[in-house]
Amino acid sequence: MIKKSIRELSQGLRGKEFTSVELTKLYLDEIKKKDEEIGAFLSITEEKALGMAKKADAIIAEGGGSPLTGIPMAVKDNICTKGVKTTCASKMLYNFVPPYEAHVTGKLFDEGAVMLGKLNMDEFAMGSTCENSAFRKTKNPRNTAHVPGGSSGGSAAAVAADECVYSLGSDTGGSIRQPASFCGVVGMKPTYGSVSRFGLVAFASSLDQIGPLTKSVEDNAIVLNTITGHDERDTTSVKRTYDDFTSEIGKSVKGMKIGIIKEFFGEGISDEVKEAVMNAAKTYESMGAELVELSIPRLDYALPAYYVISSAEASSNLARFDGARYGYRSEKYDDITELYKNSRSEGFGAEVKRRIMLGTFALSSGYYDAYYKKALQVRTLIINDFNRAFESCDFILSPVSPTTAYKLGEKTGDPLEMYLGDIYTVPVNIAGVPSLSMPCGTGKNNLPIGMQLIGPLFSEKMLYRAGYCFEQA
Amino acid sequence: MNMIKDYEMVIGLEVHVELKTKTKIFCSCPTTFGAEPNTHVCPVCLGLPGTLPVLNRQVVDYAIKAGLATNCSITEFSKSDRKNYFYPDLPKAYQISQYDLPLCQHGHLDIETEKGSKRIGITRIHIEEDAGKLVHDDEYGTMLDANRCGVPLIEIVSEPDIRSAEEAVAYLKKLRAVILYTGVSDCKMQEGSMRADVNLSVRKKGTEKFGTRTEMKNLNSFTFIAKAIEYEYKRQVEAIESGEEIVQETRRFDQASGKTFSMRKKEDANDYRYFPDPDLAPIISPYQHILELKAQIPELPDARKAKYMEKYGLTAYDAEMIVEDMDISDYFERAVKNTSYSKILANLLIGDCFSITTAEEPEIKISPEALAKIAEMTGAGDINSSTGKKLIKTLWGKDIDPALYVTENNLGQINDKTLLKSYFDKAVESNPKVVSDYKAGKKAAIKSIQGMVMRETGGRANPQLLNEITEEFTASLI
Repeated sequence: MIKKSIRELSQGLRGKEFTSVELTKLYLDEIKKKDEEIGAFLSITEEKALGMAKKADAIIAEGGGSPLTGIPMAVKDNICTKGVKTTCASKMLYNFVPPYEAHVTGKLFDEGAVMLGKLNMDEFAMGSTCENSAFRKTKNPRNTAHVPGGSSGGSAAAVAADECVYSLGSDTGGSIRQPASFCGVVGMKPTYGSVSRFGLVAFASSLDQIGPLTKSVEDNAIVLNTITGHDERDTTSVKRTYDDFTSEIGKSVKGMKIGIIKEFFGEGISDEVKEAVMNAAKTYESMGAELVELSIPRLDYALPAYYVISSAEASSNLARFDGARYGYRSEKYDDITELYKNSRSEGFGAEVKRRIMLGTFALSSGYYDAYYKKALQVRTLIINDFNRAFESCDFILSPVSPTTAYKLGEKTGDPLEMYLGDIYTVPVNIAGVPSLSMPCGTGKNNLPIGMQLIGPLFSEKMLYRAGYCFEQA
Repeated sequence: MNMIKDYEMVIGLEVHVELKTKTKIFCSCPTTFGAEPNTHVCPVCLGLPGTLPVLNRQVVDYAIKAGLATNCSITEFSKSDRKNYFYPDLPKAYQISQYDLPLCQHGHLDIETEKGSKRIGITRIHIEEDAGKLVHDDEYGTMLDANRCGVPLIEIVSEPDIRSAEEAVAYLKKLRAVILYTGVSDCKMQEGSMRADVNLSVRKKGTEKFGTRTEMKNLNSFTFIAKAIEYEYKRQVEAIESGEEIVQETRRFDQASGKTFSMRKKEDANDYRYFPDPDLAPIISPYQHILELKAQIPELPDARKAKYMEKYGLTAYDAEMIVEDMDISDYFERAVKNTSYSKILANLLIGDCFSITTAEEPEIKISPEALAKIAEMTGAGDINSSTGKKLIKTLWGKDIDPALYVTENNLGQINDKTLLKSYFDKAVESNPKVVSDYKAGKKAAIKSIQGMVMRETGGRANPQLLNEITEEFTASLI
C-alpha cells in the first residue's frame, strides 16, 4: 500500500477502498516506526494532517478534488507553512511560525493535500549531506550508514522510506536532484520562474526553485502540474500558459536527440556512475533515440561562479536574521551591535557562516567587479553554452553526482571537496533550465545511482516523457 | 572676521521626498501618515523570511514625473539594487534602492536669489523604500514602529553647485514647488515627507579643488537648513584657518544650540555592498509611456515665471515668489484676468497678502477677483495705495465687494487739488510753529503738515498731489 503511486492511491480513495484518514494514519504509523532511525522529519503535524484528511474525504465524497486530494505528503522546512513552525533546520529560526502560507503549499492544500510534517535539510539549504542541520541527522533509507544527500535530504529520505507519498524540496545548486539520486527517487528542478518562490525562505534568490520529489516520474509530473503557475506575489514568476506535464507521458523517444556532454565523463566521476549513465544512454539508443556528443566549454567556471553568486545573494538574504525581531536572540549583549554579533554567531552553523563570509567578501567594494560581476558574466556565457547545446539535441543526459551517497561524516571535514560534488548540478541552476533526476542503477553497498535529463527552458513535459520511457524500460 | 571672505562654500544637497502613492512601494499596505504604530504592516514590509517584494508601478511613474519636471533624462532600462546594512529600523537588513541605473539623471533647476538667476544641476533621482521609526521609551526601551517601512521615497541628488545658504534654500523651495506642481508628493517638511541632507565643504575662492566635505542629515525646515549651513561653513573656515584638517564625517545639527556635532567618522561608514536585487525584474519604461506621463504634468513654475515676466511685466524675483506655490500661482492667474495693473496686483499679493498668511494658515482669505479690484482701483487712482493696503486687511476673511466698500465708507481718493490745498492751508494756519521750524532749517518739519492732511482726509488724499502742493508751498517760503 505505502509503495503505491499517486494515481493508484487516488483511485483507491475515489473507489472507496480506503479513506484519506485511513491512509494518513497509515503513513503516520510508518513515520513513527521508521523515523527515529531515518530522521527525515523535523516536525510531525499529526493533528493538522488528520484534519486535512477529513476535509479531503469530504471533498472526495462530493466527487470533487484532484489526483492530489487526500494524498499524504511532507514539506521541506524552508517552505513557509502558516501556523506551522518553519525552521530551515537552523537554531536561528528554531521557534519561527510564519503567519502566511507559501504559494506552493497553498495550492496543494487548496486541492486537499494532506501534510504530515516538515522535513529535515541542511541549514538554510546549504550543504550536500543533510549533516548541516542544527537539529538531527538524516540517514539514507537505502543504506543507513550513508547520507541521504542534501540539502533536501529529508525530502528524499522520507519518500524513499515510504514515510510519505511525495515531498517538496528546493534546489539552488542540486538540492533536489542530488538527494533524489542518493536515495533512489525522482526529483525535478523546474525551469526558474515556473514555480513561485513566495514563502520559500531565500538562500540564493536567482537560483532557488521549488520542486517535487516522488517515487515515480508520473507522480512527479502530477505534483508539478499543481505547484507550477504564475503568482503575482513573485515578480520572477513567469506569466505564461503552462503545459499539462503528464500529457506526453507514454509517448516514445524515437527520433529524439540526446546530448552527452563529454566534459561530464572525464576526471572525478566514479566508474560505477559513469557506467550506469552510459548504460542509460544505450537504453535510449535502443529505443530509437540518437546520441549526440556535445561540449560545454565554460563548464569549468560554473562551480566557482555558482559559489560566488549563491553566497553573495545568501549573505544579503540571511542578513535579516539578526535577533532583533524574531527567531533566536543571544542572551549575551549590552548593545545592539553585540546583540547582532552574538545572535548570529550562536544562531548560525559553520557552513552558513562560511557562505555569508564568502558572499560578503565577494560583494565588498573593491572586489565586486572581480567576483560578483565576473560571476554574472560567466552566467551569461553558460546560458549561451546551453542554448547552443540545445540547438543540436532535445535534452542532455548527465550524471547527477560523481559518486553514490557518501558515508555519514565522510565529507564534513572538507567543504571544498563537498562543493566539487555539485559539479553536474549547478550549471543547470545557473542556466535556469529544468532537470529531472531519476534512478538509473544501483552501485556498491546497495546505493542508488542517479541520472539527470536536462532540457531547454519550459521543456518539463518532454523531460517527463523521456524519463517515463526509461523508467518503464 | 575678514578671512571668511576669502573662502566659499560648496554645497550639494540630497533630498528625500515621500511619494504620495496610496500603497507602499513593495506591498499593498497604506502609506497614510500618523496611524497607530505597527498597524500599516504586513509580512512583506516586515521583511519576514520567504516574502518577496512586488514593485508598485505608480512609484516609478511618480518618480519619472519628478524627473521630467526637473529636466532629467529618463532611464528606459533601470533596475533595483540592494543597499546592505544592519540597523534595527531596517527589517531586511537591506534597503531596496537604486545604484548605478537610477530612473532619472542629468537634470537641473533654475533658481532665483537676490543676486539673480542660477542653474543648479541635478545628478540623479532614484526610487527607494523608507525605513521604520525607532521610538525610545523610558519604560520599554527602544521600540520599532514599522508603519513607515516600505513607504516610497525618491532621493534627489544635486550637483555641488550651491554656494550659499540662500541658494540652498532657493533650490529647495524650487524643488518643492516643482514637485508640488507634479502632484507626486505633498512635501510636508514637518511630517518628514521632504527632508534634506547637506554635503558641505569650503575652499579658498578661486581654487578648483573641493575641500573635504561633511554631511548633515535629515534637516527638515528651511530655517534649520540655512542655520546649519551658516554654522558649518564658519566652523570649517575657522578650523582650516587654525591649521586643523576637516574630517569627512556625518554631523548632527542641534536645533536648540544652532551648532553641528560629529556623529560618525568616514572610517566607520558602511560598505553597502550594493548589488542588483534578484527578487525584482528590471524596471522598463518605454519611451511612449514616458511621453504619456509628460503630458500629465501641468505648466511648471519656470514656464509660468517666464510668462509673468513677459506678459505681466513682473520682475524675476517677484515672479519667482508667486510661482513657488502652485495655489498662489493659480490664484494670481485668476486675479490677473480682472485687472490691467498686474504689477500692483503682484505687489499687493507679495507685500500685503503674504504678510498676513503664515505657514500654519497659508490660505489667502480674499478672493482673487476682490484683490484684482483693489489693484485696479489703486492703479486708476480711485483709491490711494495705503487705502488699498488697508482694504486687504479690512476685507480679509469677509465676502465684501471692495468697490462697494470704498463707496459706502467714502474711501475714494481726493484728486481735487483745490480741495486738498484748502486742507493744507488749514493745517499750516493752525500750526505756525512748523513754518518757523522749516525756516530755521528743520526741513522735515513740513512732513507733519502732510500727516495732518492725511489724517483730516481720512487717508484719502492723493499723495502725489499732496507732494505737489507741499513743494509749491515750500518754494513760496523762500
